[in-house]
Amino acid sequence: MNDDRRRLIKQLGAVAGLSLGASYLTLAPPSWPLSLRDPDGERGKPRGKSLRLPENGFAVEPSDLLPHLGVARGDNVDAMLRAAVTAIGGVTRFIRNGDVVLIKPNVAFERSAPLGATSSPEVVSALVRLCREAGAAEVRVADNPIESPEACFLRSGVKKSAVEAGADVYLPSAADFKILETPGASLISRWPFFFRPFMGVTKVIGVAPVKDHNLCRASMTTKNWYGLLGGRRNQFHQDIHGIIADLALMMRPTLVVLDGTRVLYRSGPTGGSLSDVKAGRTLVASTDSLAADAFGWDELLERKGEPLPAYFAKAAQRGLGVPEWKTLRVKEEQVG
Amino acid sequence: MSEERPGIPPNSVRLPVISTRVRSNADGSPWWTRTFRITNIRVVSQLVFLSLFIFLLFVTWLSRLKGYPASLFLEMDPLVGFATALSTHTVYRWLWRGLLILIPTLILGRFFCNWICPYGTIHQFTGWLFNIRNNKTRIDKNRYRPLYQVKYYILLVFLVMAVFGSLQIGLLDPICLLVRTFTVTISPAFDAILVDLASRFAVPVSGLLWKPGVNDPRVFAGAWFVGLIIIALVGANLFIPRFFCRVICPLGAFLGVLSRFALWRIDRDVTKCTDCDLCLKGCEGASDPQGALRKSECFVCFNCIDDCPEDALRFRFNPLPSLSGKVSGTIKDGTAMLGTQPVISKNLALEVKGPDVPRRRWLFAGIAGILAFPFMRFSKDVNKRGFHHKAIRPPGSVAEPEFLERCIKCDQCINVCPTNVLQPAKLAVSGLEGLFTPVMDFSIGFCQLNCTLCSEVCPTGAIQKTSVEQKLGLGAYAEKGPIRLGTAFFNRGRCLPWAMETPCVVCEEVCPTTPKAIGTYDEEFTRWDGVTVTLNKPYMRPELCIGCGICQKECPVLDDAAVYVTAIGETRSDDRTLLLKGPKSG
Repeated sequence: MNDDRRRLIKQLGAVAGLSLGASYLTLAPPSWPLSLRDPDGERGKPRGKSLRLPENGFAVEPSDLLPHLGVARGDNVDAMLRAAVTAIGGVTRFIRNGDVVLIKPNVAFERSAPLGATSSPEVVSALVRLCREAGAAEVRVADNPIESPEACFLRSGVKKSAVEAGADVYLPSAADFKILETPGASLISRWPFFFRPFMGVTKVIGVAPVKDHNLCRASMTTKNWYGLLGGRRNQFHQDIHGIIADLALMMRPTLVVLDGTRVLYRSGPTGGSLSDVKAGRTLVASTDSLAADAFGWDELLERKGEPLPAYFAKAAQRGLGVPEWKTLRVKEEQVG
Repeated sequence: MSEERPGIPPNSVRLPVISTRVRSNADGSPWWTRTFRITNIRVVSQLVFLSLFIFLLFVTWLSRLKGYPASLFLEMDPLVGFATALSTHTVYRWLWRGLLILIPTLILGRFFCNWICPYGTIHQFTGWLFNIRNNKTRIDKNRYRPLYQVKYYILLVFLVMAVFGSLQIGLLDPICLLVRTFTVTISPAFDAILVDLASRFAVPVSGLLWKPGVNDPRVFAGAWFVGLIIIALVGANLFIPRFFCRVICPLGAFLGVLSRFALWRIDRDVTKCTDCDLCLKGCEGASDPQGALRKSECFVCFNCIDDCPEDALRFRFNPLPSLSGKVSGTIKDGTAMLGTQPVISKNLALEVKGPDVPRRRWLFAGIAGILAFPFMRFSKDVNKRGFHHKAIRPPGSVAEPEFLERCIKCDQCINVCPTNVLQPAKLAVSGLEGLFTPVMDFSIGFCQLNCTLCSEVCPTGAIQKTSVEQKLGLGAYAEKGPIRLGTAFFNRGRCLPWAMETPCVVCEEVCPTTPKAIGTYDEEFTRWDGVTVTLNKPYMRPELCIGCGICQKECPVLDDAAVYVTAIGETRSDDRTLLLKGPKSG
């Protein structure tokens, strides 16, 4: 008898508990703890977390005295890089002890270095060494290529040179993208961004080759930031100049290096033949990517006299740089 | 036991007491002989080979390959070598490695099944973990059943088809099946879970990923089906232990046929055997060790020797095939003697050499195989009269009829492909004959210009080993020209510059040939809203297109790209050229 009563009480308890629990979860107002109630469907919608880069990007204090462009010509990449950076204030102006530095080369295509479609591995490794010597705690090299990331980094030689110089290479995986908010951007104000290598980063350096480009005419340090984005990048061609102007707004780097050791002067941006490449023997360092790119347009692509592609003016309008590089302080140097 | 068997003198051999305590065994051997038993060594071997198998699949990736023999298990699989020899009359590249299994099998029997085969290990482990452990159930489940003939029919059908030029062993060969399953389901599932964890907890996982350095999670057509097959086949162990190995496995059947010649086999001493059937408790192959051993079914797992309380079973070199004429007296009245020893067992048959398949049934299976070939080849998708336009094969592939003679559907090429473009073919593209063979889907990936990894790992030469120079038509191959996978076409009705007054030409930007196979007609254009835009309207230069498909992959008209590749113009077959060869007269 006792057992029967106990059994009945247990069963009643189970029925009552489950009914009350289910009723609470479904009927309690949304603000109550553990409530699942979603009267208008709003609570059930996915909420993507987005992130923002620092207010002023990664730029260092501007200087009224130092040259805006450091140009070094020669064959010894290491010495040229040092000369170009020294011209605009030296590496200590940009990298402090303990900095975590992200270097963004252009490794968009699976091409070997001599074909000029990617940042040259020697320049990348020279840059890594320079940052290391300046006391950087960590140097990272990252890009989100168009072709298979591993193959691009391997074929271009950038992975090997970066790792040997003491950098960590970050290849993108599906988990490495988050929405980046860029207030003021007209087209990419919210766009998937390759955020993983940026975690904890204090300085950002772009290093881009000088390339002809079928649509925007020239791909240099400003367009290089394209490789930090993910998502539906293949829509960018619908307004490529607007996109590049947005990229300049999105990323305010510490420093850009225009890698004019080789110039892909036609069939860009992929190239593929040595006959599309000529020796540029030049490196340009600047805090102003528009000025560096304009220099590249005139002097390296040798398109002086032709009007600059429209993205220069669009970005300059936003105060993101000065394409009229001849009005700026330029220090040119022949090395070796 | 002896009470139940009147007429037989009580067993003089005492059952040893199995003890778990550390002390000498009842027969006086030291305690460690219980631990270092051959069955334990076998388990170690199984784990080693399973790990090696998984490791080799793990390193089948650009940054990890470093000269590892990535397709070793497939090359060692003697059925792959034998069946491709039937279909192509050659033994490709590394397939001689099949001898590494074939010759020991001729000597030892089907040891592969229970010492090496990774799929067998998975089945055995599943059965061990999930099955009821009481002796009676286990003994009953391990008795031989006529159902186990089925694998021999499957084998014969496949081999007959191979003779005609249709290689189907890969559908069910355990190594092919398991490589395919890892490629298409297990590794992408593993990565998907890791990536999900990584994005939840913001931890870097790229070193652990099966396929690191890819920015989109890998996807595979028909993964559901491949996944369903493995779940069903592994799940079948709950009803019949080693279901796949005993009933279906064509490799096991092949090794079973070879086992008839084996010099060693499990031998039962009828003067010790009490017919207790405890040897069946752990018998993996259901090979009747308690009676006439079915040599072709025995996996050489040695569980029976381990389980025999009378020490009546041995793995013996050249044992007696039968006892006829060697036993005096009769079993019935208990006077049977073998030499000077009294015979205890009532079952004096010692071995069944070959598979338990009557000759007429072999004939049936042979006829089925003869008919199966034309049945399958009637499908337009694999027939000479009309290959499917989406059956775009990887670079270096031989022409379609030869491809079907060689491809074992192992999907190693798909495993190594860095861009995910290689996909297992669906029925709609390749018919049943080409099911799971590799085809390129350019809405998922593209064929990377300087990459020939698929040709490197292909064990059978369906994709012939191809150098980058060969693929691109450089150096010594300049005259021959590049390998073309197909030809790209524009659908102007969906193309943004052609149909929608919108600039685009991503296709031209990414086209990797030099000079580019995509040109543009450039036009200043005033749009409907008065804005002036420059439209670069793309067109194909078919002489230059190699069919790599990156244009299709990058086309922003995602769901049904405005530029798309079909197989016409592929260089692997003279029947499928598009352009008239030779200089144009203009």
